[in-house]
Amino acid sequence: MEIRIKFAKYDTMKFISHLEVMRYFQKAVRRSGLDVAYTEGFNPHQIMSFAAPLGVGQTSESEYFDIELHTAPSMEELIDRLNAVMTDGMRILAAEILPPPVPQVKRETAMALVAASSYLVMKKDGYEEELSKKELQDKFKEFITQDSIPVIKKSKKTEAEIDLVPFIFDANPEGKTTEYSGQYENGTVFYLLLSAGSVNNIKPDTVMEAFYAYLGKEYNPYAYQVHRLETYADLSLRKVSQQEIARRVKEGSMPERKLVPLLEYHKN
Amino acid sequence: MRKLALSDEILMQVEKPARYIGNEVNMVVKDPAKVDIRFCMCFPDVYEIGMSHLGIQILYDMFNKREDTYCERVYSPWMDMDKVLREKNIPLFALESQQPIKDFDFLGITLQYEMCYTNVLQILDLSQIPLKAKDRTNEHPIVIGGGPCAYNPEPLADFFDIFYIGEGETVYDQLLDAYKENKQNGGTRLQFLEKAAEIEGLYVPLFYDVTYKEDGTIASFEPNNKHAKKTIRKQVEMNLSDTFYPEKPLVPYVKAVQDRVVLEIQRGCIRGCRFCQAGMLYRPIRERDVEFLKKRAVEMIRNTGHEEISLSSLSSSDYSQLHELVYYLIETFKKEGVNISLPSLRIDAFALDVMSKVQDIKKSSLTFAPEAGSQRLRNVINKGLTEENILTGAMSAFTSGWNKVKLYFMLGLPTETEEDIEQIAVLSDKIAREYYTIPKSERNGKVSITTSTSFFVPKPFTPFQWTRMAKQEEFIAKRKLLSAKLKEQLNNKSIKYNWHDAELTMLEGVFARGDRKLCDLLVEAYNNGCIFDSWSEHFKFDMWVKSFENLGLSMDFYNHREREQEEILPWDFIDAGVTKAFLWREYTKGKEEVVTPNCRKGCAGCGAKVFHGGVCYEPRNDAGESLIQA
Repeated sequence: MEIRIKFAKYDTMKFISHLEVMRYFQKAVRRSGLDVAYTEGFNPHQIMSFAAPLGVGQTSESEYFDIELHTAPSMEELIDRLNAVMTDGMRILAAEILPPPVPQVKRETAMALVAASSYLVMKKDGYEEELSKKELQDKFKEFITQDSIPVIKKSKKTEAEIDLVPFIFDANPEGKTTEYSGQYENGTVFYLLLSAGSVNNIKPDTVMEAFYAYLGKEYNPYAYQVHRLETYADLSLRKVSQQEIARRVKEGSMPERKLVPLLEYHKN
Repeated sequence: MRKLALSDEILMQVEKPARYIGNEVNMVVKDPAKVDIRFCMCFPDVYEIGMSHLGIQILYDMFNKREDTYCERVYSPWMDMDKVLREKNIPLFALESQQPIKDFDFLGITLQYEMCYTNVLQILDLSQIPLKAKDRTNEHPIVIGGGPCAYNPEPLADFFDIFYIGEGETVYDQLLDAYKENKQNGGTRLQFLEKAAEIEGLYVPLFYDVTYKEDGTIASFEPNNKHAKKTIRKQVEMNLSDTFYPEKPLVPYVKAVQDRVVLEIQRGCIRGCRFCQAGMLYRPIRERDVEFLKKRAVEMIRNTGHEEISLSSLSSSDYSQLHELVYYLIETFKKEGVNISLPSLRIDAFALDVMSKVQDIKKSSLTFAPEAGSQRLRNVINKGLTEENILTGAMSAFTSGWNKVKLYFMLGLPTETEEDIEQIAVLSDKIAREYYTIPKSERNGKVSITTSTSFFVPKPFTPFQWTRMAKQEEFIAKRKLLSAKLKEQLNNKSIKYNWHDAELTMLEGVFARGDRKLCDLLVEAYNNGCIFDSWSEHFKFDMWVKSFENLGLSMDFYNHREREQEEILPWDFIDAGVTKAFLWREYTKGKEEVVTPNCRKGCAGCGAKVFHGGVCYEPRNDAGESLIQA
């Protein structure tokens, strides 16, 4: 059976790369003694797949991976057993058994489901600038209510100008810190809900860069801590292929979003 | 929240920041304020290499079992971090507490290979500890060195307060107790070092004076302190089944070179290859009890979650309980996705059966280490592996489906001739010819042979410790000759040739058999920018040459001189069990091409019997056959 697991990665574990996180969980699951399924062959590995990767330096309380087990204890026990083998800064928050696969239908991976992520972008202490917290907040409100926010989106090969506005689903300068986000004395926290996934993945830093460009300043990525709050699937896109989504985005004929946290997707 | 020594901004701008944050799985957490002794254990190379080392894991576990001691770790900061620490004047810190090492009681540095010596200076320098032991005060940590290179500690003598000669399991407790007592009594650094010098196996270089003859060789080597002993006896753990072995090894986030559980099945080797330092130093061979190993294997897999377990020893096939252990591991871990790797295995029916169970024949290769191309030269080096052994072993593997072979040789062995070198090419080709005797329909595609050569470096405590090492240009000529001879072979297209760097070999030779005069050379080279010498992208041979010139020292003196039997060698004050008389006897027999049987076939009277155990006290049998590695 397939289990979807939600975990937090915080504190000093923010310096562990996505590749290292995957290695970490392969070993952690073996330490937990769960009845996990392995691939066949001479180099067996656990059947495990991760949702949206998190950049080095960012913290999160909504990381997800799916894992295949032969037999599973109660979800409570599963969470306890995994937490018993976690290091500081890694915490299992929730787990759900996914519904059994429908014959002939390929299961949507956690990664394929990702449609949006919400973030806190927190100013670190020791990076004071001329603008006060209040002034930054006011400017941010102005920035976010513009009709269009053109930015240059660079990939390895191409550079294209895009408008951020359709991909910023929500934003405000009054974010609230959480147990896992950590907090800074200056108290400047922005909240962002951004398009995510393989098609239109917008990074919080891209938005912040545009904000600082709006202020006429250079953005210093080290001055802010990015924390992922939640990762969402879009129910309105259920069973719609990536190509189809790309086509609809181009046409501007996307249905109204119905975002649900990744763990809720199969309950709807 | 853990407080790190470095800011986010620094960590975000270096490669692999996880090297510097600690918090690995199974890291020991203690309150530094509540212990008497703070020990920082160091492997002077980059994190991924250092974290792969079993010895540190054993000592880390052993020290932390003491309630009064907190053992932490540090590795060489990579060049990007080195730069930041210097620019910002941040003292090097231990991974666990993230606190500066200069405030610790001990800094222990393991010396696994000669080319890490400049990194030792980097560690001291970045820690803001005076490089030379004589300049340290009561405020500085005691710097202690150990590991195989400590068997000739002289090139590093100025930088260490103490060297621990031998296996770490034995007298560290005594040393730490003495330290604690001295501290409680308000004793000085000197008083502590005097106590340390009285403990068996510990060498305090400050307590010895060396004088030299006009030709640069040693005239005398004498204690200058009444607490210092004339000879230092190496330490040996005689009961390997009832001693420290970590149940919960550390598991790094960054992928280590050795990303697996390491199960050391025995220490020492019965073979007596005359070039091999480990084979002489770790005598006598001592096995760990098979039940002990089974138990530890299971615990370590459960506690680390590693997907692989590797058996470690100098020659696994000589472990008497190998079949039982290996089949137990295969059976136990079959369903858990755990791989088993068996280096240094002689190819026989058992090996082929095990290998076919644990690895993909199509992808894996057979490894043989004949070390020399001709039987004559193999007799000189006492490598009891015949051409017949190799061809039979290879053939039985070929008929079982293997088609990849790796061969390891050394160039520049004592008495080597052009004929011996040519034989490397001939043997490589013979193996390929053997493969093609199999009918085409039964073959598994083409055969692939990789022949690798390293250059021979004479090491202390081996029968070749007196021998002249070849010069750089001789090595290169030998390599070119082999290259040409390989091209003449029938199957040359199936043979790939790899070789080692001759420049690095020159320095290895110097430091392997060097003396105290090299301490200043190391400082000079380090100041000229030499660091991470074992990393080709950082190795600056021209700077080394310049440093030798600046100090008026010559590499030739250390490398290209046949030493006299009477010469006082820099490491003569160490009693490693094997006697100088035995080593000289072996050197003579080698030159006469006479083979010495392995320890299980007959005792050669090497001297290791003084340790009262191991193979020296086993009933003899004829089980030991020639070694083939796979």
